Amino acid sequence: MTDTFLLIPGRTSQQGVSANEGKQTPGYEAEISCLQMNPADMARLGLTGGDRALVRTPYGQVVVTVQPTKKADDLPEGVVFLPYGRLSSQVGGAETQGTGMPDSKGFVVEIEKYDAPS
Amino acid sequence: MTTENGTSTVIRNVTCTYCGCVCDDIDLTVEDNKIVKAANACVLGKAWFLNHNEAHGRPAAHIRGEPATTEEAIERAARILGDARYPLVFGMSNTTNEAQRYAVEIAEICGACIDTTTSVCHGPTEIALQGVGKVAATLAEVKNRADLLIYWGSNPAESHPRHLSRYTYTARGLFTPNGKKDRYLVLVDVRRTPSARAADEFIQIRPGTDFEALWILRALARGERVPESACRPTGMPLERFEALFERMKSARYGAFFFGMGLSMTRGKVFNPAAVFLLAAEMNRHTKFVAMPMRGHGNVTGADELLTWSTGYPFAVNFSRGYPRFNPGEYSAVDVLARGEADAALIISSDPYGNFPSAARDHLAKIPVVILDVKGNDTCAIAEVDITTAPYGIAAPGTVYRMDEIPLRLRPVLESPYPSDEVVLQRLLARIKELKQGAAGGPRAEGE
Repeated sequence: MTDTFLLIPGRTSQQGVSANEGKQTPGYEAEISCLQMNPADMARLGLTGGDRALVRTPYGQVVVTVQPTKKADDLPEGVVFLPYGRLSSQVGGAETQGTGMPDSKGFVVEIEKYDAPS
Repeated sequence: MTTENGTSTVIRNVTCTYCGCVCDDIDLTVEDNKIVKAANACVLGKAWFLNHNEAHGRPAAHIRGEPATTEEAIERAARILGDARYPLVFGMSNTTNEAQRYAVEIAEICGACIDTTTSVCHGPTEIALQGVGKVAATLAEVKNRADLLIYWGSNPAESHPRHLSRYTYTARGLFTPNGKKDRYLVLVDVRRTPSARAADEFIQIRPGTDFEALWILRALARGERVPESACRPTGMPLERFEALFERMKSARYGAFFFGMGLSMTRGKVFNPAAVFLLAAEMNRHTKFVAMPMRGHGNVTGADELLTWSTGYPFAVNFSRGYPRFNPGEYSAVDVLARGEADAALIISSDPYGNFPSAARDHLAKIPVVILDVKGNDTCAIAEVDITTAPYGIAAPGTVYRMDEIPLRLRPVLESPYPSDEVVLQRLLARIKELKQGAAGGPRAEGE
């Protein structure tokens, strides 16, 4: 099943710490590929914590690991969060509407469970 | 102040350049030219200081992935940039003003577009500032006076961990001697971040409705009637806005701090403009100021330096020999995504790691010269990659805090690598030589 969400990329403490340790480190890779979702959204897509999911836009697609938010209302249903990094950037468009700033928060993505072998 | 104890040296009041807070009270313990402790630093500051020791053994430079000397790399870089017809100079928010000024001159003599990470951070805020102005303050003024703090689209607990404790919420000031007890902290955001747990009040609005929420508050500040229907898109009832406005009106000194939740989201320029206008409007009732939460350690300095040297804060083009400003045309993502730049000089930044695919794809096709302290995604695709000393740790200079206060850096380590300033100075000199040699003098008009 595929569903549509608003993706919000953003900073996290661990993203900042692991970027300092090195952008090629497993810790950084793990943090920037950890998608946070509302538990109700995860249930609808048949996802449980630690599952992989495909995030897709017209500009690119990436595979992430899904984790539920700590509290159900941390993220509203229909909104997902991904720490800033190369994965969040790869699904963003380059149109800046004359500002220089590409759409970097709150853009539409399609998400589905990803079952291919790792 | 420095104290020595056996093989340890404690250097006090060092300036951290990781984020825009630029805390200048860090006590570093150095042993054998290695930082082993960073007292007073936050989790991000500790990671910055403890992971930028200079014994990483990285080659001085790489040319097409092969180790090279700094001199060889500068020679190759000068030829790439000197031959380019429309190069891009980008980054600069993680280096000193002293280095940035050489980057501006390189851009000028190469007819380049020069842009900083501001364009993908608070660029819309800078555009808004030009349009509507800003009621500004220093962080010291906020610390001493503010009794109402409103963070909007910002998550300081994770992005600027000491902002709340050193400058605002829990800091004890002249007229706020009891710190947190003398202040009220409101957080407005679309998700419940760790910062929400620290706030006295959390207002969770729907994504993409920041402008509407700010405009409702502005209407209330102007004494206008707001229908309930105007509030519906935000997911907040009118009474919640009215309560917030009453709190704002009754504050002695209010301060907005806003993050990329406004500048990066739908509406872009209009969102920071709405904050600036609301803060200005609130001065009908009481004292209010507004300040963007700047991310990188010297991104504010990059804006300042570009503004005083070219007249514009980012997205500046020198192809006609004089500076022109046009975000959307001369900004880095646009210049790359449209396939225009034919070479790039990247200074302490990682556009290949952080730009949208269309911009990344073009960057991988053109010759890239990068200066970086320890290697990033862009280094992997660069033709010339020069290792430099981290600013504030092993390189001196000046940086600007997010409230536009300049601070001097106190490097604590000896580095085998040159600073960005030294590399850019040499690169500039070599490009000048090459251009003068090629043209038999200064660049001819129309060339």
